[in-house]
Amino acid sequence: MAQSKDEVLAGLAALVNDETGVPVENVVFGKSFADDLDIDSISMMTIVVNAEEEFGVKIPDDMVSDLKTVDDAVDFIVGAQS
Amino acid sequence: MTRPPLKHTTGSEFTRIYAVGASRGDVVVPNDDIVGPIDSSDEWIQQRTGVITRRRASENLTASAMAIEAAKEAVEKSGVNPSDIDAVIVATISNEVPTPSMAALVADSIGATPAAAYDISAACAGFCYGIAQADALIRAGVARFVVVIGAEKLSDVAEPTDRTISFLLADGAGAVVVGPADEAGISPTVWGSDGSKWESIGMTKTTKQAFTDADTQLPTLRQDGQTVFRWAVWEMAKVAQEALDRAGITSADLAAFIPHQANMRIISEFAKQLEVPDHVVIARDIEDMGNSSAASIPLAMHRVLKEHPELSGGYALIIGFGAGLVYAAQIVRLP
Repeated sequence: MAQSKDEVLAGLAALVNDETGVPVENVVFGKSFADDLDIDSISMMTIVVNAEEEFGVKIPDDMVSDLKTVDDAVDFIVGAQS
Repeated sequence: MTRPPLKHTTGSEFTRIYAVGASRGDVVVPNDDIVGPIDSSDEWIQQRTGVITRRRASENLTASAMAIEAAKEAVEKSGVNPSDIDAVIVATISNEVPTPSMAALVADSIGATPAAAYDISAACAGFCYGIAQADALIRAGVARFVVVIGAEKLSDVAEPTDRTISFLLADGAGAVVVGPADEAGISPTVWGSDGSKWESIGMTKTTKQAFTDADTQLPTLRQDGQTVFRWAVWEMAKVAQEALDRAGITSADLAAFIPHQANMRIISEFAKQLEVPDHVVIARDIEDMGNSSAASIPLAMHRVLKEHPELSGGYALIIGFGAGLVYAAQIVRLP
């Protein structure tokens, strides 16, 4: 079932918090995973795999490096769900 | 024309590991010694890999020499007469020459003559591939005792400026003696490959290219870390669970979890996915050994038994995974 952008953002923020401890309120649109949230490539992959399960989407390996910002990730998930 | 039936052999119904030996590179290399060329820091390496120091071999210490030292320790501890060893298998990507094999040299050096001797190329899964073969050879009656060795000198294929894998790489060898048993000490092997990811871990170029290219730099190892991480944790967790299922036990029955020592983050996430109970000792040899590919599991097993001798006789889940991509897993009784 397709979710709104805000719903996906809330779910994603929880996953980021679970993996890295970054407060959910810091995971907002406009933030870069690496530069702003200090999330390394291994944590990013863990978040991606957990996001696949959480949102019922497939995120291919070669797509992961394109998900540089929170916006990239939310847009991809919303698009994949619809 | 009548055809007389061919004779055939069958061996012991069960097998087990008798003893384990180890040889580690003679130089301790801390993160601070290698961070310069990768413009990194001790903290960066520790955070991403859990590695604090790695063991590397000095110029004249070869993988073969470490393999021989580890095999000698294993054979001596096992009490098995070298002349009763019918096969020596070395898992390695570090043999200095394509032929002859490292195994033939090791067999001769430990007095296992005229044992069958051969190398196998299954990268970080090589040791578990060797265990699968040893178990099968003994149960088929082809060999009485088999020495399985993982031996690597990966510093030879490390490139100082590479940020994907080189800073993890280490040198060492681990060996076990496998022989007949009264009860199952090696479970059915779960193994396989995924060649669609052939390029995710490999060499920068062929050896031949190194001699025709202008730079003449030898090939070195590279990996696509994110792809490998996903495969190594979530796909290998399924393989590990299948190995437990096929052995007829659960992770609660384990004394130790000894995965290939690829990266501490992989080990930790792997244990989480498998829901390894708290009482199970998780091998974390990588912290001060680094990643020694085929040698990492027997080296980690050697250390687990040294630090926790009370685990002898308990079950350990061993799983190797790496370039190919290839993988193999078994449950073994610790010697």
